[in-house]
Amino acid sequence: MTQEFKPNLVGYLCNWCSYAGADLAGATKLEIKPTLSVVRVMCSSRVNSNLVLTALAWGADGVLIAGCHPGDCHYEQGNYYARRRFALLKKILESLDLEADRIQLSWISAAEGKRYADIVNDFAEKISRRGPSPLRNHSKI
Amino acid sequence: MPKALKMDVEASQGVKNFLKHLLESGKVKGVFALKKMNDSGAVSYSLITSVEELASAEPLMPLMPENAGQALSRLTVKEALKEPVAAVLRPCELRAFTELVKRVQGSEDNLLLISPICAGVFPLSSATDGSWEKQMASYAESSREGKIHPGVRKMCQACTSFIPGRADITVAFAGRKDTGSSCHLILDTPRGEEFAQGAPGTPETVEKEPAELAPLREARAARRSEVFKEIDVQGQKGLIKTFAPCLGCHGCMHVCPICHCVLCVFDSKMYELQPWSIESEPESKGGIRVPSGTLFFHLGRMAHMAVSCVNCGMCSDVCPVNIPVSEVFSMVGDQLQKVFEYVPGRDVEESVPSGTYKEDEFAGIGEQ
Ligand code: SF4
Ligand code: SF4
Ligand code: FES
Repeated sequence: MTQEFKPNLVGYLCNWCSYAGADLAGATKLEIKPTLSVVRVMCSSRVNSNLVLTALAWGADGVLIAGCHPGDCHYEQGNYYARRRFALLKKILESLDLEADRIQLSWISAAEGKRYADIVNDFAEKISRRGPSPLRNHSKI
Repeated sequence: MPKALKMDVEASQGVKNFLKHLLESGKVKGVFALKKMNDSGAVSYSLITSVEELASAEPLMPLMPENAGQALSRLTVKEALKEPVAAVLRPCELRAFTELVKRVQGSEDNLLLISPICAGVFPLSSATDGSWEKQMASYAESSREGKIHPGVRKMCQACTSFIPGRADITVAFAGRKDTGSSCHLILDTPRGEEFAQGAPGTPETVEKEPAELAPLREARAARRSEVFKEIDVQGQKGLIKTFAPCLGCHGCMHVCPICHCVLCVFDSKMYELQPWSIESEPESKGGIRVPSGTLFFHLGRMAHMAVSCVNCGMCSDVCPVNIPVSEVFSMVGDQLQKVFEYVPGRDVEESVPSGTYKEDEFAGIGEQ
């Protein structure tokens, strides 16, 4: 069944770097698994914990957040705050044994089309192997 | 060793005498403390301005009708106090107030902060059925012996931060053998010393955490690990088991001193089921729970505030279906605080973890 399982992934991509990186990946016709639903955000720091938790609670099997590399954020410090928030949420999921590796934060620049494709493909493969999220489609929560 | 004022009366009377002196001498214009509402045992935090009213104050009564940090925030959020006020609050309440001041939800200006070395408080149910009163003698005794009283809130039994960190004056209470007949007010800050000048009592020097407090600290730490072991929140299964009875009343959130938002996103209509999702949700999930989003609420609240959880136990105490909210939030809070080397309420100048960053931290994150 894991072979056939197609994960449902949500990607929050920062407008200035990672979204442009995704564009580049598309323009250069790199092969990308079609399992990631992309949401464009103005900065990785826009992604608060509720956005990630909403995705998980409403059926995502994994959530990818991508932003500019440290030092390159369009708003200078946004990604540093994003990194802290991510570390916090990850620790919460870890302390509750909630498969914390279903969330991932990756730095992807506008020039890194190849890196974007690799990250999305690797993430999709990792989550496919893991199977559906335990929170997915749960009628009791 | 810090300076102290020794009084030859039982501890809560000693605090009352001190407050009376402050009011009478005009050093403070008001006293913020627990006050009996009538003879039934009901107490509320009150701002007391006359010596007559002070007669029914019960500054050390082991009940917490509201986290005093939240109450002081109500008094000072719009404007700092203009006249000096002495406030008596427990260590977790002081930590909560500190966290609120950091978040611009209150001001410490003109406040003289007085806090006891704490032996814990009884659950609120004991205030309504009067059972706290029957336990007062054994409470005082176990406090003197430095033991955990089995009747106090579970989080109090499991609290290792029972010595106030940043009070102006610390009341030596838990673990002191002499509190039945005498007591010490430890003057922690120059401000504390200044207000104590001319107050009744004899000056002495005392240790704030003497060796005789060590067994209590150890017992509390051991109880803490036990309490964390008793809860089952591991994985989706554990979480559903623990939070399944949740009514969604949000009482835990409303009494939490750290949850200060005027309109919480979870109280708004933002995450209510929408007409379109009432069709699609049950279809994809095979049914829905009403209200839905229970785990989402608890995890979301946790992400917002657990790093600042002061372990006060208010949330567990008010939960109508006895969910160990406080135990869960404290357990997660401990782990978050380790990650950020953060101690809630330690320092009013210290930024909350989500409000700051270091460029060279969490180096591994983002690279994969
Ligand atoms: S107080 Fe208890 S029932 Fe009410 S929302 Fe909190 S956990 Fe649920
Ligand atoms: S989560 Fe519970 S124990 Fe922690 S500060 Fe809020 S009310 Fe107190
Ligand atoms: S703009 Fe890209 S992370 Fe801030």
